[in-house]
Amino acid sequence: MASPATVGDPTRLFGHEMAARLRAGEVSSHELTGAHLDVAERQNRALNAWLTIDRERALAEAAEADRRLAEARAAGPTALAALHPLFGLPVALKDLVSVAGGQCTAGSRILEGYVAPYDAHITERLREAGAVILGKTNMDEFAMGSSTEHSAFGPTSNPWALDRVPGGSSGGSAAAVAAYHAPFGIGTDTGGSIRQPGALTGIVGMKPTYGRVSRYGIVAFASSLDQIGPLTRDVRDAAALLHAVAGRDERDSTSAPVPVPDDLVNLPASDDEAAAWLRGKRLGLPKEYFVAGMEPGVETSVRSAVAALEAAGARIEEVSLPHTDYGLATYYIVAPAEASANLARYDGVRYGRSVRLEGADFIADYLATRGQGFGAEVKRRIMLGTYALSAGYYDAFYLKAQKVRTLIKRDFDDVFAAGFDALVAPTSPTVAFRFGARLADPVAMYLSDACTLPVNIAGLPGVSIPCGLSEGLPVGLQIIGGPWTEPTVLRAARAYEAVTAGAAWRRFEPTDLAAADDPATPTPAERAGSIH
Amino acid sequence: MAGLTRADVEHVAYLARLGLTEAELDLLEGQLNHILDQYAKLAELDTSAIPPTAQTIELENILRDDVVTPSLPVEAVLGNAPARSGDFVVVPPILGGEPA
Repeated sequence: MASPATVGDPTRLFGHEMAARLRAGEVSSHELTGAHLDVAERQNRALNAWLTIDRERALAEAAEADRRLAEARAAGPTALAALHPLFGLPVALKDLVSVAGGQCTAGSRILEGYVAPYDAHITERLREAGAVILGKTNMDEFAMGSSTEHSAFGPTSNPWALDRVPGGSSGGSAAAVAAYHAPFGIGTDTGGSIRQPGALTGIVGMKPTYGRVSRYGIVAFASSLDQIGPLTRDVRDAAALLHAVAGRDERDSTSAPVPVPDDLVNLPASDDEAAAWLRGKRLGLPKEYFVAGMEPGVETSVRSAVAALEAAGARIEEVSLPHTDYGLATYYIVAPAEASANLARYDGVRYGRSVRLEGADFIADYLATRGQGFGAEVKRRIMLGTYALSAGYYDAFYLKAQKVRTLIKRDFDDVFAAGFDALVAPTSPTVAFRFGARLADPVAMYLSDACTLPVNIAGLPGVSIPCGLSEGLPVGLQIIGGPWTEPTVLRAARAYEAVTAGAAWRRFEPTDLAAADDPATPTPAERAGSIH
Repeated sequence: MAGLTRADVEHVAYLARLGLTEAELDLLEGQLNHILDQYAKLAELDTSAIPPTAQTIELENILRDDVVTPSLPVEAVLGNAPARSGDFVVVPPILGGEPA
């Protein structure tokens, strides 16, 4: 699939198209980086996708990439071919990924002013690949949320409708990639935080198998669920970014010693070849994912996507994941419990915001530091987790949830053992919602992730890819695979992309890009404030 | 399932070391009880014979050789400390008495 390219504007290209032009000498990394920085800086007032944009550092990295590219070109075709697909291309990092010497707020006041002393594993890997880091993107505080409205630094707007959320928690990276500020974005996904914003902004978002990517240097939320993954505008780019960051790292003992398939950088470029993969493949349609509360327009788009897969030769069969309905309660015990333990480290002693009261004891200092440093949603989750783990309630809540987790995982194990290649489902039951729509009722916000969080509970890979528009807003199709089957999941996604390459909806760009360019447009905080 | 009283909310906040305002406590009492109502659904399932899952990939006993590797530079680590004395982080006194 080729990008619906606007001639002359390199930011509209897919990453692999930029890479080809870079190698052909048609454009330099410095030019590409500069073009992306220009649009990111111009639109950040309207979108608030970025918490920091580091022009100087990015341009220096790009100049270094151009120097290495010239060397490789002089050394011959082998050296040129050895460069990673991400070489010289811009990347957006969610602001919970450590970059030595830079801020890493995780969207929280409690980490305001903190300077990362080292690079995260994935930062090192991106540097080795030769990627150019443009800056850090906005997010729900500590990745807790589905709208990016829980950022301490104001909400992010959706480039498709500036009065709507981009999803969350990786809403800044999703908005930045959707609005052509970068071809590659990094997010993290604990219950849907890559896939749901991917769906709501009309791009590709993937959560790999638990353990696929090292989390060394990433701010932790819920350690048995968190996984790092790509946000991009097409499937080949998602696979290339995953390839760049995946693999065992001894500094994260939960990163698995499972080989990373080079297949990921060799997904078919030809639409015919990509679509041919579908013939004879068995795809399961979990009936429980077509839930009450799903918008009719979303269901229509997802059902047409399934029909397109079937028409291309896939065998579609309805399957049952009978414990799906218990996912929400299980997740909202396990994730807050782990979060309450992980966030105990923010005590104002070694780093981060610190309140020391005159004449008070150290407990009073902790209470003040944490009471002032955390936002409402983070406090809510810490309270839930502390309660679920407290004496007398551990068995009833945390242990019970861990047992139900086993049942949810077995549902998936049974389906894959029955020979299904992958499952297809909606990513989000709704399109992007308006600012404020789910803020007053935490349970309504939590339901945003009803179709994504079972995948985290089971530790599986899942990808969301755009599958159409409903009332002018993007809808996501979710493809879920068994453990370590990222190549299968991405081939299925690439095949769907191929069979719908000519679809009318693929020609639409995010509708509010012109408004985002306007320096007089209100900020997302102003838009959100005018609603409350 | 028993609901949380205002005293329970205050107790949990103290356990979590969260200093909350009266308004926050009021709001949380209602919200937490609404969320706990969702948890009640799990009681529908008989899990007496089901083992718990703590995480999903079966890795055990990840060990490394006992060799010294470089640590982060002192300046990079202590640069974030709110209060510092030489190469040490100044911590609040926990045993009473005057700070040294």
